[in-house]
Amino acid sequence: MKSLPTTLALSTALVPGLAAATPVTFTTQMTNYGGDGAYVAYYVTDAAGSYVGSLWMAGGKAKYYKHLAGWYAATGGNTAQVDGITGASVGAGRNLTITLDLQDALFDAGYVLHVDSSVEKMSDQPNDVVIPLTSANLGKPVSGKRYVQSVTVSK
Amino acid sequence: MLRLLHRWPGLLALALVVLLSVTGALLSLYPAAERLAVPQAESQLSVADLATRVAQAHPGVEQIRRAPSGRVVAWWFENGTPGAAVIDPATGAEIGSPDPAFGLRFLTELHRSLFLGDGGRITAAVGAGLMLLLAVSGAVLVARRMGGWNRWFARARGPLASRLHTELARLAIGGLVISSLTGLWMTASVFSLIPDAPTDPTPAMAQTGVAPLALSALPLLAQTPASALKELSFPSPDLPGDTFKLTTEGGAARIDPGTGAVLSVTTPGWLERIGALMVMVHTGRGAATLGLILGLMSAMVPVLGWSGFRQWQGARRYGARIKGNAKPAKAETVILVASEGGTTWGFARSLHDGLRQAGQKVHTGAIASFEPNRTPLAQRYIILAATYGEGAAPTAARGVAERIATLRKPPKAPLAILGFGDRSFAHFCGYAETLRTAAQQAGWAALMPMGTVDRQSAQDFTRWSRDLGAVLDIPLDLTHLPERPQTETLTLISRRDYGAEVQAPTTILRFAPPKVSLSQRLTGQGFARFEAGDLIGIVPQGSNVPRFYSLASSAQDGFVEICVRRHPGGLCSGQLTELQPGDTVAGFLRPNPDFRPKPGRKPVILIGAGTGIGPLAGFIRANRRRRPLHLYFGARSPESDLLYDAEFPRWQEAGHLAGLTTAFSRAGARHYVQDALRADADRLRKLIAQGAQIMVCGGRDMAAAVRATLDDITETADLKAEGRYVEDVY
Repeated sequence: MKSLPTTLALSTALVPGLAAATPVTFTTQMTNYGGDGAYVAYYVTDAAGSYVGSLWMAGGKAKYYKHLAGWYAATGGNTAQVDGITGASVGAGRNLTITLDLQDALFDAGYVLHVDSSVEKMSDQPNDVVIPLTSANLGKPVSGKRYVQSVTVSK
Repeated sequence: MLRLLHRWPGLLALALVVLLSVTGALLSLYPAAERLAVPQAESQLSVADLATRVAQAHPGVEQIRRAPSGRVVAWWFENGTPGAAVIDPATGAEIGSPDPAFGLRFLTELHRSLFLGDGGRITAAVGAGLMLLLAVSGAVLVARRMGGWNRWFARARGPLASRLHTELARLAIGGLVISSLTGLWMTASVFSLIPDAPTDPTPAMAQTGVAPLALSALPLLAQTPASALKELSFPSPDLPGDTFKLTTEGGAARIDPGTGAVLSVTTPGWLERIGALMVMVHTGRGAATLGLILGLMSAMVPVLGWSGFRQWQGARRYGARIKGNAKPAKAETVILVASEGGTTWGFARSLHDGLRQAGQKVHTGAIASFEPNRTPLAQRYIILAATYGEGAAPTAARGVAERIATLRKPPKAPLAILGFGDRSFAHFCGYAETLRTAAQQAGWAALMPMGTVDRQSAQDFTRWSRDLGAVLDIPLDLTHLPERPQTETLTLISRRDYGAEVQAPTTILRFAPPKVSLSQRLTGQGFARFEAGDLIGIVPQGSNVPRFYSLASSAQDGFVEICVRRHPGGLCSGQLTELQPGDTVAGFLRPNPDFRPKPGRKPVILIGAGTGIGPLAGFIRANRRRRPLHLYFGARSPESDLLYDAEFPRWQEAGHLAGLTTAFSRAGARHYVQDALRADADRLRKLIAQGAQIMVCGGRDMAAAVRATLDDITETADLKAEGRYVEDVY
């Protein structure tokens, strides 16, 4: 259980006037891909597909971030984007739960959550999961393509 | 100091370093095995061709990677399921699972982090650092031991453990330095201690709304040979504007799938190129043969660890038994021991205790640690020196005499030398003599004339200690009780008696060899390996001083045989010649590698008298290759003391013995073996011209007579210098 009590720069910067924030939980279940721990990056783009900010980085060594191709292309590998929101890599078959205080305005406004993943000696998987942040998607597990079995966003 | 730097990290890190090197050696096999197992692409194949073949089989392909071994793996996503396989580049067909080879992940993880995460990575890096320290300090020690860097590959000598340690070390050191340095680099890189230069080409958007071109129509893919490919990522169909990303050894580029235009490019900087080289050398991926060589060198580390540990144990065994050893900085008397074996250390201990009881502060240590600066308060130095072989330094003392001779400022405190040796050898106390000359050369004052101890004589030692006491003006009258050497039990199988009628009672004794333990078998110690001409030390009851006999058999024969002449009043020969089958004696083996036929097919002239026939008979028995051996054997009477009389005809028939000439001193004309040699001078000259080696075994007088006779026939001095004239004299 990872928890981040403070409101993210991401949400405040984006929607300055609104103060209403609610804890949002991201539950990630990994597949049994049979490899070492996966690096997983969680980040948000806006309706136009532009990078808005990062939510979480599972994996501590900046050297390997370039394998999270979508996140790396969006941020240029800038580790400042994940300072303070970085945890351990996630093993095959394991699950990861992150709880963050997010602005309510993030939902139903065209924002999209991207999850990139990568495993040593295996392929890189940008956009392993892509979830539009809408109220309708809340509580529903969304399937991933390769290393992530599903991600569930719930309030 | 350097020795300490080599020893302590070595012992502490032994387990860690052995683990790293064993896993490293095993890991080195994988790249080579992979290289052999995978089909190689034809040389003119382009990335576009390869990608087309894969895309035909798997339209949902997302990524293709090629390892330096030529192994091509593709990943795809089709019908809602991900897939991956090793691809035959010639056909695009799936040929296997892309999962890592059996054991690879386990070994990799163990090797780099001991399954302990970052802490484990740091521990492994510490191990690599220690390995580097060991390799570098070891290199200096090897150079010092061999007598200079230019003698790096000169012949190593000494007891097995130390010889093996040096032999393997000088082969492996280079590889170990490379492996540990590159390993350290890789750890530093993982922790981003080495800056990560950006390797990703700037993100770029492809033109949207344009239909993708065929892969072969993308110029960069068509021009790049498949052999240069590292990775090709396909644009995601879900993301409009996504691009190809091509990565090769030369750099990375983003390519517009609709126009073929190269949108952005990055090339690796020098730091990345070095990093890639480091990884290649360390892992062997892309340099499988080099990897195997480094792996082989790593595989030597456990043996190096074991032999190093044995040396340390040996040194500790002697050093630790010195009680009340003063610190070098406080010692008034410094005793330096130049010896491999325990006996000289035993004398050192007696001397140490005696001086300490007389109220002195005494430090006793191995001569290799001689460092005058460390002993500022020394008022006198005493060296106890054994001799190895023909007047050579014991291995533990190699190079010390040279160091003393070239001392710019010899210590002010005078030096006493006591040599240990055996008068029956040509260079009695030869090494002690060498040290004395060296000290003289350096201008180091002598405390007293050099003393000698013959065959561990307690009387010699006591006499010398009185002289030392007189010089120091303290009453010193030391008695040294030799410690009983470590022995094994041999059981008599049979005996054959000769010579009673001619007043030369002699017996050929044949013993069952003692049981050989596994560790002896592995290290070749004890009776695991012996050859005719080696010596057996028999410790008689009622004495701790061994008597040495030459072996008349080798390990292959399956028994231990010696010839013993019974001397009136002889303690050891008396006990031996009285043994009956089933009785036991205590003995130990001492190799005598200098008294052996030189390898080759050239003739050997064997000359012996009396019990001196023993080792010669052993050589003949072992002569299965029918090398021409010519034996000249002197005895008293053909009826009484012709040892091995039953075997000679058999050996001649089997071709083990080419010529047998006997001389009898109490039958008819008094004929000695040297007379037989003189009578055969022409034949001997011919044999020597053919390159024959001469081996003489027997009493001192006989050996002298033989040498004088042969000197008339040829130049024995020249033969001696070539190692073609060897003696085993008692």
